[in-house]
Amino acid sequence: MTQSLKDKLIILLLAALGAAFLVTFIAIEEQAEIFALLVFAGVLIIASAKLGLTDKISQSLSRNERLLNLSSIAAMLVVIFWFHEDHFPLLMIATVLLYVVACCGLNMQFGYTGVVNFAGAAFFGVGCYTAAVLGGTGTPLLLVIALGGVMAAIVGSILIIPVLRTRGHYAAVVTIAFGLLFRTFLEVNDTLGGPQGLPVSGMNLFGWDFNSNIQITENIEFSFYMNYVILALIMVILTFILMRRIERSWIGLNFDAVRLDETAAACYGINIKRWKILSFTLGNFLAGIAGALFAMMLGFIAPSNFAFSDSLILVSIVLLGGMGSIWGTILAAGLVVLLPEKLQVIQEYRFLLYAVVMILILLFRPQGVLPRNLRSYIPGWRG
Amino acid sequence: MDMGLLGQFIVNGMMLGMMYALVAVGFTLFFGVLDVIKFSHGDVLMVGTFAGFSTYLGLGAIGIDNAFVQLVGVLVVAIASMALLGAIIARYLVLPLKSAPPLNTLLVTLMLGTVLREAIRLFYPDGSNPKRFPALLPTDSWTIGSFNLRADSVILLVGGLLVIVGVHVLINRTRLGMAIRAVAQDEETAKCMGINFKMIVLLTFGLGSAVAAFAGVMNGLYYNEINFGMGLLLGVIGFSAAIIGGLGNIYGAILGGFIFAALQTLGAVALPFASAYKDVFAFAVVIALIAWRPTGLIAEKTSERV
Repeated sequence: MTQSLKDKLIILLLAALGAAFLVTFIAIEEQAEIFALLVFAGVLIIASAKLGLTDKISQSLSRNERLLNLSSIAAMLVVIFWFHEDHFPLLMIATVLLYVVACCGLNMQFGYTGVVNFAGAAFFGVGCYTAAVLGGTGTPLLLVIALGGVMAAIVGSILIIPVLRTRGHYAAVVTIAFGLLFRTFLEVNDTLGGPQGLPVSGMNLFGWDFNSNIQITENIEFSFYMNYVILALIMVILTFILMRRIERSWIGLNFDAVRLDETAAACYGINIKRWKILSFTLGNFLAGIAGALFAMMLGFIAPSNFAFSDSLILVSIVLLGGMGSIWGTILAAGLVVLLPEKLQVIQEYRFLLYAVVMILILLFRPQGVLPRNLRSYIPGWRG
Repeated sequence: MDMGLLGQFIVNGMMLGMMYALVAVGFTLFFGVLDVIKFSHGDVLMVGTFAGFSTYLGLGAIGIDNAFVQLVGVLVVAIASMALLGAIIARYLVLPLKSAPPLNTLLVTLMLGTVLREAIRLFYPDGSNPKRFPALLPTDSWTIGSFNLRADSVILLVGGLLVIVGVHVLINRTRLGMAIRAVAQDEETAKCMGINFKMIVLLTFGLGSAVAAFAGVMNGLYYNEINFGMGLLLGVIGFSAAIIGGLGNIYGAILGGFIFAALQTLGAVALPFASAYKDVFAFAVVIALIAWRPTGLIAEKTSERV
């Protein structure tokens, strides 16, 4: 068997395994079974790492990136169609996907350019509120999603000057202050619903109502969340392509230069401000579009969804996955959103647990679970 | 405006300013010795207040109901336990990350703040609801015209002032203070001169956290209510105050604390539409101030220019 065929088989096997794992994980309800499954997966991963399998697999993966991406999408579709009539699992999957989009935005800021943003939930919230306000006005709703992103970018531009003029701790306090300001503002502003929040009308694409179940034949009916999951998956795919393209382009190179050493980058004639503005705005845009669709899906939003701890969760996802690593973000978003939903025991303690896990990660594995690799310009190129 | 109301606003603003200044002094001390931001500072303050509150309950349970003894007990326990907690945080979370990127220290302490906050919310008996903090100070008041001056406000203000003066004397007049200043100026040289670097860092973190605990008890005594989330806001405001004044500078921190309180009070008095927007206004001003003077009103001495 040739090497390339072996690689392809490994990837298909992994995708199948991943799909099977996700389906079982989401389907089972018994707490003990879920726990056993997690322990089993953990043991499997640790064992393969000890046996050196992980390295081999990751080499195979990096040689066949296109196949990896396609088979991941296929695996995701299998999982989605498996649950085609169950509301709650689909809602969870869509939430994970939208978190991935928002966290990719944060990743562009933290991981690529090194701009700190502790107001991720606020920009997500700007998207949500845009959807809530524009939803009833008859604006085409795909446009509303885009406008959610644009609004987030515009609101973010208020912060551009303070963020550009400061670094590190100072920039952190600017965004933290903004996050707190945003939530306080929503709570006292009566036109935006005050503490009670606002209802959001559902997605409606060219007369196709997203909020009613899809009747295929007599016996097959798709849950209405299916629409949102598919749209969210498309958004994730587009975001993924955007992130990868940026990473491999000269833009990504400039981003990295700015992050690694501002002084040196400036000496080589890189316009630091331009790249910081670009990544900050683009990141907020991604958080905004994710927020807009999220609001339409939930149908109701309130200021308590955009607290400081929610911003910290978004940052935790980026950090857990590894700064700048897109696959890491996807994995971490899945873990962070799904685990507390499935394991009822930890639901109440989730903020505490995340925080403890983050402290351990920062102390012992600061590069994250799936660290970002060196940039490879040509997929499969062995250099 | 009515004189009594104006006086009330001034006393209230002074009280807020004193609390913010005390928190900001902690931030500025930590930044001075180690160039790090300990974001869990506000939550340490909250834990200190809860420690004090538990002491009050404990003293009540064993039958001591003299307000003065209770007050001393609350203060001693809150301050001592937080000094210890501060030193432990420095030893096990901040010092190990000394050579890591500054962002990691920031994140680790942010997460620690969440841990403290959530731990109180989940594990303190009925921790998710606000608690009624006892009024341990004398409740007399003097009436001057239409203005009503409460004795406890005066005592708290004087107490806060004494703590600030005490920290000032400690930093500027004692051998320990000299060691702290030496470490802040140049770690390597301080080590060469025989200063126990680690010990000084731990002591500084203990000192800052003890001051925060005092501010927390002060907050509890003034508002007579404590809750698990009070630390987050006070921490962010204290940090903003330290930054407005210029990190690493104690006078700047005090100035920043009072500026922030003045802004908040001004926001509440002057904004005609709603005093509900006072926090929005205050944070907006902080963002604007940082944009205008990125390293604070009293700038750091060294800065990198490109």
